[in-house]
Amino acid sequence: MAVAPNPTPPAVAVSSTPGTPRVPVWPEVVDAIGLPVLALAGAVLLFGGFVWLGGVDPVETWVLLFQGAFGDAFSWQNTLQRAAPLMLTALCVALPQRAGLMVIGGEGALVLGGLACAALPLMMPLPAGAAGTALALLAAALMGAAWIALAGVLRQYRGVNETIGSLLMSYMAIGLFKHAVEGPLRDPASLNKPSTLPLPEGNLLGLLPGMEVHWGLVWGVVACVLSALWLFGSTHGFATRVVGGNARAARLVGLPSHRLIITACALGGACAGLAGGIEVAAVHTAANASLIVGLGYTGILVSFVARHNPVAIVPVAVLFGGFGSAGSLLQRRLDLPDASVMVLQGFAFVLILAAEAGRGKLSAWQQARVAQQTAGPVATAPHETSRMRLARERAERLATRLAEAARRHAA
Amino acid sequence: MAMDQWNRRTWMKGVGATGASLALGGWSDLVLAQKPLTIGMIYVGPKDDFGYNQSHYEAAMAIKAMPGIKMVGEENVPETQAVQKTMQGMIAQDGASLVFPTSFGYFNPHILEVAKKYPDVRFSHCGGLWDAAKHPKNVGSFFGYIDECQYLNGVIAGHMTKSKKIGFVAAKPIPQVLRNINAFTLGAKSVHPDITCSVIFTGDWSMPVKEAEATNSLADQGVDVFTMHVDGPKVIVETAAKRGKFVCGYHASQAKLAPNAYLTGAEWNWVTPYKQIVEAARTGKPHPNFMRGGLKEGYVKTSPYGAMVPEGARKAADAVKAAMLKDEFEIFKGELKDNTGKVVIPKGTVMKQTDVALEGMNWLVEGVIGKV
Repeated sequence: MAVAPNPTPPAVAVSSTPGTPRVPVWPEVVDAIGLPVLALAGAVLLFGGFVWLGGVDPVETWVLLFQGAFGDAFSWQNTLQRAAPLMLTALCVALPQRAGLMVIGGEGALVLGGLACAALPLMMPLPAGAAGTALALLAAALMGAAWIALAGVLRQYRGVNETIGSLLMSYMAIGLFKHAVEGPLRDPASLNKPSTLPLPEGNLLGLLPGMEVHWGLVWGVVACVLSALWLFGSTHGFATRVVGGNARAARLVGLPSHRLIITACALGGACAGLAGGIEVAAVHTAANASLIVGLGYTGILVSFVARHNPVAIVPVAVLFGGFGSAGSLLQRRLDLPDASVMVLQGFAFVLILAAEAGRGKLSAWQQARVAQQTAGPVATAPHETSRMRLARERAERLATRLAEAARRHAA
Repeated sequence: MAMDQWNRRTWMKGVGATGASLALGGWSDLVLAQKPLTIGMIYVGPKDDFGYNQSHYEAAMAIKAMPGIKMVGEENVPETQAVQKTMQGMIAQDGASLVFPTSFGYFNPHILEVAKKYPDVRFSHCGGLWDAAKHPKNVGSFFGYIDECQYLNGVIAGHMTKSKKIGFVAAKPIPQVLRNINAFTLGAKSVHPDITCSVIFTGDWSMPVKEAEATNSLADQGVDVFTMHVDGPKVIVETAAKRGKFVCGYHASQAKLAPNAYLTGAEWNWVTPYKQIVEAARTGKPHPNFMRGGLKEGYVKTSPYGAMVPEGARKAADAVKAAMLKDEFEIFKGELKDNTGKVVIPKGTVMKQTDVALEGMNWLVEGVIGKV
């Protein structure tokens, strides 16, 4: 870190190239919303064909899919309830990813978070009511944060690949969890299902008023929004994204990359740990093996489909929740095996990622049309497509903020 | 035309039902006679796992074949909020009035939570300990004394082993599992008192890789007859057969997987408690809250013997089985020492199968190599 910050930040041209006609932004908006919707529609269509091959009426399947996921108040609550923990576990992938790390061991942070939440009342008497709940959830978040931060430390200081490291650490976490639950922390009354002592009745997390959905949903949405504000609205978040884009360049301008990366890991881990704590406080009342159902791993899928964007995680998690509740109805009404919903999920996952290839096509076409209208095809030779323009503007903004961050750090 | 027929049939049924209900003197019987009973089945794993879930699925299919029954089912439902939503969905969306959530982990808190919200719906849980003081009346639990069949497995294993070493691959050291290990070992020791039974705990209910490793490692140590208590015994049965060892099945019959290695097996016969629970629901009788039974009550059964089981072994096992069926045989009787030398059942004490103390077992009997 011996690089001295550049005393004179380079002058940056902020004006756009003169003479280029202004191109509307709507193609980008259509891309952002239209492509995933098209991909989903394609997945649902393909799934119809798939069940038709198995002799099931595709139209009835489509109706049940919708009815099960979003058809009425019950279905919506079912879907939202399933989505709540996925939002938090997805953040455990998305936040470190923004700092350039691919962490897939959120499951470990989740189970240890759950354990910390259940173990806290054994170590200190909790105040009754919301204060006690908050303390237990804080313990869960801290535990998860420490666990994933450890994966970040191993990567930054010992060169251990964080993807493999965090995954292996989650097996360790599950081992530790089972040892604690079946050994020292076991409630002797839990005969055939080893569990810790249940949380005190007054410290359980209840349902949202008038709904069959617990408070975990609110925690999930709030965590996603706060993460987005931090990433896209704060200098610290910006610095983290710079490190994620190119850690070397970030170090060159004097950003403390180790610290930023490990902080991002800790924040992601805190979310997964919180998810575990909420599962204990709102659903299971005690920590036991029922906590280990792969919520951490599903979070990886959610984060990828959301392109690691915290705001997009909310609707994507709701979509995955919808798959779960629709699958439940499909099984009951059509006697389809559980695996059939996995097929639908697979179609959706592949098509959404493949649809990315279509991004920018619309704006290129729009650009060509605008250019043709203004000057005819010959004069458009050195034109800038809207995608190029966006990239250039982004680069310019980045350079300005980089310089600013470096200056601030030097001061 | 189809409409006419439908109308005529309904009318005929209505008249029949009215007559019947008048004869019985109750209006509610008319409603019961017309409306099919909707039953919801919930499994924690795949319905065709050659194990615990299949044993329930097979019984459910037998119930579904009964007239006036509508059945909805869902597999691979985890013991989380998901099972609460599944139960609620079955009740709200499918109109189920009797639900069988079959996994042990569904009971507390999931069934208890949902049962509070739907006092008119009956919940029958497999394995739990329903407690009149703590649990609602619309919830019940049933379970079988399958350790009787594990004892018979042990008798056959005792005859078949050449190395005097038998093996047990188990999920977790919890009372239900320990009781099976002890019964299996006692059955084998009744043939040769110097037989030892080596136990490996895999740590969870469905761990196919660890189950295969455990089987191989026991086979390497000279174990030549296996049994198990995991959710899906498929991997253990196949691995043992591949190693040229014998195996006694569990949960359902795995004979199809290894016809040359499968000696016999301890199987559930859930259709017996299911029928009683369904009949109670159909006739409006009180919900059976606490049901237990063994071979005699028809809650459990043994798989047919494999061709390689010799006559002498069959006779010995059949004699014990006959005594069990007449209620003249108890597995756990004093003096019994655990494998650390401590007396766990004093001389002269005979524990009946129905003794609830047995459902809290926390020791391994003398002759078992392993630790709780």
